[in-house]
Amino acid sequence: MNIVVCVKQVPDTAEVKIDPVTNTLVRTGVPNIMNPFDRQALEAALILKDANGATVTVISMGPPQADEILKEAIAMGADDAALISDRALAGSDTLATSFALAAAVKKVGAVDLVLCGKQAIDGDTAQVGPEMAEHLDIPQVTGALKIVADGAKLLVDRDNESSSQTIAVEMPALVTVTRAEKEPRFASIKGKMKAKKFVVPVWSAADLALDEKMIGLNGSPTKVAKIFTPPVHTIENEIINEEDPQKAVDLLFEKLVQAKIIVR
Amino acid sequence: MAITVDRDKCIGCEACVAVCPVGAIAMVEGKAEINQDTCISCGACISECPVEAISRGEVTKVEFEGAEDYKDIWVYIELDNAEPMHVAYELLGQAGELAAKSGQRCCAVLICKEAGDLPQKLFAAGADVVYLVEGEKYEDYNNELYTNAFCELANEYKPSAVLVGATADGRDFGPRIAARLKTGLCADCTALDIREDKIVEWTRPALGGNILATILCDVNRPQMGTVRPKVFKVKEFDASRTGELIKYAVKNEITARTQLVRKDVVASTGMCKIEDAEIICSGGRGMGCFDKFKHLEELAGLLGAAVAGSRAVVDEGWISHPQQVGQSGKTITPKVYFAFGISGSIQHIAGMHDSDVIIAINKDPNAPIFKVANYGIVGDVNLVLPKLIEKVKAFKES
Repeated sequence: MNIVVCVKQVPDTAEVKIDPVTNTLVRTGVPNIMNPFDRQALEAALILKDANGATVTVISMGPPQADEILKEAIAMGADDAALISDRALAGSDTLATSFALAAAVKKVGAVDLVLCGKQAIDGDTAQVGPEMAEHLDIPQVTGALKIVADGAKLLVDRDNESSSQTIAVEMPALVTVTRAEKEPRFASIKGKMKAKKFVVPVWSAADLALDEKMIGLNGSPTKVAKIFTPPVHTIENEIINEEDPQKAVDLLFEKLVQAKIIVR
Repeated sequence: MAITVDRDKCIGCEACVAVCPVGAIAMVEGKAEINQDTCISCGACISECPVEAISRGEVTKVEFEGAEDYKDIWVYIELDNAEPMHVAYELLGQAGELAAKSGQRCCAVLICKEAGDLPQKLFAAGADVVYLVEGEKYEDYNNELYTNAFCELANEYKPSAVLVGATADGRDFGPRIAARLKTGLCADCTALDIREDKIVEWTRPALGGNILATILCDVNRPQMGTVRPKVFKVKEFDASRTGELIKYAVKNEITARTQLVRKDVVASTGMCKIEDAEIICSGGRGMGCFDKFKHLEELAGLLGAAVAGSRAVVDEGWISHPQQVGQSGKTITPKVYFAFGISGSIQHIAGMHDSDVIIAINKDPNAPIFKVANYGIVGDVNLVLPKLIEKVKAFKES
């Protein structure tokens, strides 16, 4: 099986704080990480590789320093990697990004399965995967919790709001992953050594023969009109600072009953 | 395509520095300079600059022909067990308002096995037009069959804007349609408005909910967005309302390469459907361990509440993802939200701050959760929770 995993380097949004004085984001010192859902997708690919044998190629689109996460993927067990990096791609929205990534998948060639994380934690759109599937004209399943190979098909478990499902999908296919069946593995010593020597090939827009009307800001139908910090409304509240938990609970309980929050 | 500062025009007022959401602008020798590695090309600084010293590289936007032929606001009606999901009604109400404000119609798109009385329900909920695609094969949502039907319909009747609920299936469906129609899709919106020229202003949280961004899709049509459930209120039903029903037969039939082979309906116990619960007992990593987390179920049982949790406890496997509250989980607006051992990251608060009453128990007096809480106890959850359970039990029995 020939698997491509799409990964994105993102700021660790859990580490982003708001400067209380200027009300802007403090990004200095925020580490860049492999998007956590993409790490799950990579693990899902490696599980399939362990079970059935597969070639796993990781691709990313981003600035030159994004090769760090590709090397990390190699260390975890990926076979090959490529970075799509070009100033002409800056400002791409999901449609333009998916177009460039789909072109990279075509360049890898003869791909049976494309895996992506369910969404990236910086944009949270969950759109690039399905949009890539459309550009590649292959079926998709989103939010996978388990992927099992079954001949020329995959059986993919996913949930929606009301049910737990299994979807059978013909390959080639694109699957976005919420969670792999087990925790993403750590890099092996051998993998780390391979990653150290690995030179990540960089593909430009020209290498992928991308139409400049379809990429970057030109190929992005959406544009940001304004960005603002959510208004913080401070409320009047009653916080109990009482060392004895029994007294604290009594006080809280009284207030909750008074306010008819707890009723008989 | 980078955003750059014209040093000759820059007057060093620092207005751009203050407005940059990612802190990418610094003053160098009295002039603004943009760090291209951190800049996210959002353009917030461009409009802020009083002397037009900041500009974006040349953009040769591909024109979209016939945009003026695209009219009306469509809502995709997602079904659950052959009934419209709550979010479908929420979106109809909001689409109705946007339509009225811009002189357009509010239209519902219903793809199903058998419509029955659903069109009348949709008229009552605010639809002026119902587009109906009916057939045996549409019994369950199938990405390929539904996309095929929807896009044919959209190409024929040309909507100006399309709203899709940001549910699991809606977020599977929306981007597939947007890519096929080669248009923009704004994900997971939490506020919508419309200009007189029918351009929709889509507002959504970005960067993990730390900032809000208003997005436009001002050239391509249709303009599309997925919208978070529970953001808009359902309009009062008006049973006397009627509308136009357009039955559509799909011309280009396709064979799907995906097939639903198993569907286990999740039982609606207190353990799930946190978006419908009036009271939520939610726990975070501060609960300590899975066994202690289980105590929340006892309190929830006494209060008729649902159990939820933060992303941390979903990662720990103490609860499942459908019970996660926050940016990467669900947005909920219960009457009462108990937060036990949840410090209140920005991402978590984004998902629950619209609860009517928030009660927080946390040992850290500086935990951000106390900033949004109406009531709280600074203390160890594992000492407080058992006492609270006892107290509620005694009260309910008395």
